[in-house]
Amino acid sequence: MRSLIDILDFSAEEVNALIDDAKDMIAHPEKYSEICKGKKLATLFFEPSTRTRLSFEAAMLELGGSVIGFSDAQNSSSSKGESVSDTAKVISCYADIIAMRHPREGAPLVAANAASIPVINAGDGGHNHPTQTLADLLTISREKGRLNDFTIGFCGDLKFGRTVHSLISALTRYEGIRVVLISPEELALPGYIKKDVIEKNGMICTQTTDLEAVMSELDVLYMTRVQKERFFNEEDYLRLKDSYILTPQKLKNAKSDLCIMHPLPRVNEISVAIDDDPRACYFKQVLNGKHVRKALIVKLLKEAGAI
Amino acid sequence: MNIDSIQNGFVIDHIPAGRGMKLYELLGLESLDCSIALIKNVGSRKMGKKDIIKIDEAISIDFDIIGFISPEVTVNIIRDGVIVEKKSMALPKVLTGVIRCKNPRCITSCEQELVQKFKLTDPEGHVYRCVYCETKANYDN
Repeated sequence: MRSLIDILDFSAEEVNALIDDAKDMIAHPEKYSEICKGKKLATLFFEPSTRTRLSFEAAMLELGGSVIGFSDAQNSSSSKGESVSDTAKVISCYADIIAMRHPREGAPLVAANAASIPVINAGDGGHNHPTQTLADLLTISREKGRLNDFTIGFCGDLKFGRTVHSLISALTRYEGIRVVLISPEELALPGYIKKDVIEKNGMICTQTTDLEAVMSELDVLYMTRVQKERFFNEEDYLRLKDSYILTPQKLKNAKSDLCIMHPLPRVNEISVAIDDDPRACYFKQVLNGKHVRKALIVKLLKEAGAI
Repeated sequence: MNIDSIQNGFVIDHIPAGRGMKLYELLGLESLDCSIALIKNVGSRKMGKKDIIKIDEAISIDFDIIGFISPEVTVNIIRDGVIVEKKSMALPKVLTGVIRCKNPRCITSCEQELVQKFKLTDPEGHVYRCVYCETKANYDN
């Protein structure tokens, strides 16, 4: 049974086809409005994530399907001690596809190994969140018209940001990607990702602590939040936090077609003054997330022979 | 130091010095009743120092565990006091049920019945990662 646990479970060709399908769904929503009629998506959210859950549910409803599930582990059998495998086997009797979020890393893989229906990883702790990466890729593809030959800057917390790690992994499969890593030293990209992902795939990569110094080079700027709790002392946090807040002033040397992204939720790392700038794409990213989840649900149900 | 030669069993040689005890544990040798010798810090022209394990019984051995400890290890299989086969080891691509993931956020840390499984992700660096959470592991896990 085909599932999506890690973005690299899909080949580059499959990801590209998925992005094309999502674009077709955007252009012709009526073609897909009943494609999942009679099918059920189970959203198994063992930790709260309102936006991701609603995105999956909206996606299934727009495909003509219906939704069952829970939004908190307290409302599930796991509170009685049921294993992830057993939950997956039980839900396989009720639904046609599962979207699972779990605080434990690897739980969706355990579910996929046990279930008889496709499982989509909707986030497992700090590990993977492949549908966010698909949303990011669809956004770049729609905004830039391509998924190759561009310079992308990742800014903020590159150490703990799983969306950054996944997107970098996904981009290794495209030609001509230049990566600029912008972060305080304390939150730099982990060495094993630089070695195992960037260097191993021959990606061009530069590293800096100065966002403004590299702004003019960027085609895409992927912002993340610098979180206070990641620092060992408050002094360092106070020294660095404002360096990575994006303001209109910091954009003065940016390209006119820069694509500004953020996985959200935002706290203060992008000034609200930028929201009206046509280069701000982070709310489009949310919408693209729903579209690409629609394409993913259809792909997996088709492969399972359910539609 | 004199240790009797063995009749039927194994001589696990060229174990990097210091890893013999770990290999002894991972192979579950403490539960056997036969004669077993763990010799530490033996002089070696090739390695400087090495460990050796001799097992005087034709037990079933998981060679993946030995390869995981070090692909440099050689295993001499002894039958009727004669070496009948000299096996070279290799890093196993997958290691199942041998070591535990140390990541407290990994699903295996709370669902104890799950089989621990690691994949070889970097043969040059001898790096294994948990298939569930991708946390790096080594023979100390």
